[in-house]
Amino acid sequence: MNLFQNFQLALMGLTANKLRSLLTMLGIIIGVAAVITLVSVGRGVENFVTAEFQGLGNNLLFIIPGQLSPDQQGPRRSGGSGLTNRDVDALTDLTLSRDVVSIVPEYGRSAVIVRGRHEARTTVTGTTVGYAEMRSFQPVSGEFFTEQDLLGAARVAVIGQTVYQNLFPDGGVPIGENIKINNVTFRIIGLMEEKGGSGFNDQDNIILLPISTAQKRLFPARRPDGQMRVDLIYAQMADENRQDAVIGQIELVLRDQHNIQFRDEDDFTVLSQDELVSTFGQITSVLTAFLGVIAGISLLVGGIGIMNIMLVSVTERTREIGLRKAVGAKRHDILWQFLVEAMVLALLGGLIGLLLGVIGARVIADLSDSLEPTVDWLAVVGAITISALIGLLFGVYPAARASRMNPIDALRYE
Amino acid sequence: MSKSNSSGKPLITIEDMTKVYQMGEHEVWALKGVSLHIQEGEFLSIMGPSGSGKSTMMNMLGALDQPSSGTYTLDGVDVSQLSDNALADIRNRKIGFVFQNFNLLSRTSALQQVVLPLIYAGHKGRRQKAMDALQLVGLGDRMDHKPSELSGGQQQRVAVARALVTEPAIILADEPTGNLDSKSGIEVMEIFQKLNREKGITVIFVTHDPWIARHTKRVITLADGKIVRDEQVPQPLIAGESKRPSDTLLI
Repeated sequence: MNLFQNFQLALMGLTANKLRSLLTMLGIIIGVAAVITLVSVGRGVENFVTAEFQGLGNNLLFIIPGQLSPDQQGPRRSGGSGLTNRDVDALTDLTLSRDVVSIVPEYGRSAVIVRGRHEARTTVTGTTVGYAEMRSFQPVSGEFFTEQDLLGAARVAVIGQTVYQNLFPDGGVPIGENIKINNVTFRIIGLMEEKGGSGFNDQDNIILLPISTAQKRLFPARRPDGQMRVDLIYAQMADENRQDAVIGQIELVLRDQHNIQFRDEDDFTVLSQDELVSTFGQITSVLTAFLGVIAGISLLVGGIGIMNIMLVSVTERTREIGLRKAVGAKRHDILWQFLVEAMVLALLGGLIGLLLGVIGARVIADLSDSLEPTVDWLAVVGAITISALIGLLFGVYPAARASRMNPIDALRYE
Repeated sequence: MSKSNSSGKPLITIEDMTKVYQMGEHEVWALKGVSLHIQEGEFLSIMGPSGSGKSTMMNMLGALDQPSSGTYTLDGVDVSQLSDNALADIRNRKIGFVFQNFNLLSRTSALQQVVLPLIYAGHKGRRQKAMDALQLVGLGDRMDHKPSELSGGQQQRVAVARALVTEPAIILADEPTGNLDSKSGIEVMEIFQKLNREKGITVIFVTHDPWIARHTKRVITLADGKIVRDEQVPQPLIAGESKRPSDTLLI
């Protein structure tokens, strides 16, 4: 009895009980479909975020408060000193060297914007004049705010395309119109070009205004010591190859600013774009591991289902086993017959699950514009291999039981 | 006392065979020292009431089980000391089984049923052999039919074809007409007689039915684990030529 004949036999056995076979496969189907969909979406998110970070601009460094420790995902706010306008001023001195092109701070919150009866929730970001150039993000009409606006903490705002669409559903020229941010009236002076991206990270759903206005008039940023907080400082380098030197300079300036002693650790973190991406990668890999565990449990349950049905099937077909043995089937013939049946069951479940998973990933891709779920071939191969292994693992016991049957008892079984 | 067409070559030699089953603390002696010689081309019945050791004898002859002591030589091979797999091989090559309840695989065509032993034997040209065997039992036009589409007699003829397709040394039939109406029973009996007469195939019936035994050439009667009678049938009945008498006449 060769493998092909066993395979035919298994298909015959499975098609004889279609509904039962389908129900048995369901555990594996759901498990594999879940893995494929989730891993694909995870990959999509990763690619999206990577592209996003890369799209921020060139040769950027990110300075954030707190320490990024390796055992902890995300920044740990240590000491709470954070970053302030004074740090920004001190760092700005670095632009005198040829290595650093510009230093741009960011400070913002999410807020509700009202224009007449139109409302929109968006991210209000206070920043400086250098932002537009650094992010290569310019107004299509009107203009960006100026140094003058910064000095005077002017109530002027530059809006993104999505905000425009939400506040001006009927179109019209936004420049010169008034809006209210957290009940403070602002005048729109510019409309930004379209940056792209949508879904949960719409880069056009943004309002930019002078950082001084945000700190003083909108989201009070003054610390007890009188300093103004900022969330994040961008440093744009002239040359990527000088990155390490620039990071060293930034650290020197900030350690001095924060009076950090020789042996003490930084209370801030300087990240390059690559590091940012890899930090995010760590987060997604934890997520992926978590999904893997869930999928593993589901596959385990599916395997137990297969074992259960195979045991029932072996008992049901006791007489058949007896007859086969009477006409000359050896132990391994019977063993393989049932083992192949269990494996076909598991593999078929895996393939159906794979198909559903790919369809699921496609559906999610269609529903969201920004995510492009990527079907990972490693996950595909893994899912198939694992389902086959599950069939093997959970099929061995019932098959061994069948193969050990005594032909006399089996033939007499009612 | 006709030796009929048996060629005189010894096929089965059983010497002082015993079989003891351990039932909890009790030992049950199903066979208490049986010796038996069967020659090629014989057609015999093993008779006996239930509990006589008839089934155990059938299991031994069919290499489904091994004796507790004694020897069993089938076609020159000592079967009494073989492993499970070697026994399976003996069953495959040397023994054809026909059961009372046919034991066909459901949802499987007649042709596939007959091919089955050849698959385990790893034969080439399986299809043709199976078709020939079905032809021989008169089912050449029913090859694609499944058991549910065949009458009882036809099903048993498929089983006979399956038994003879490997050209075994013996065909062992356990109450082969027991589940059939009298007309189908006669048809099946005719086939056995024809196979024995024309092909010289050795056939062993295990039955409790004296009338069926009268169709064979030799009757061995077991009682209480021993052979109590071993006699040639003076004039074996020919299937279909005599009506079954009522049971009272037989007693």
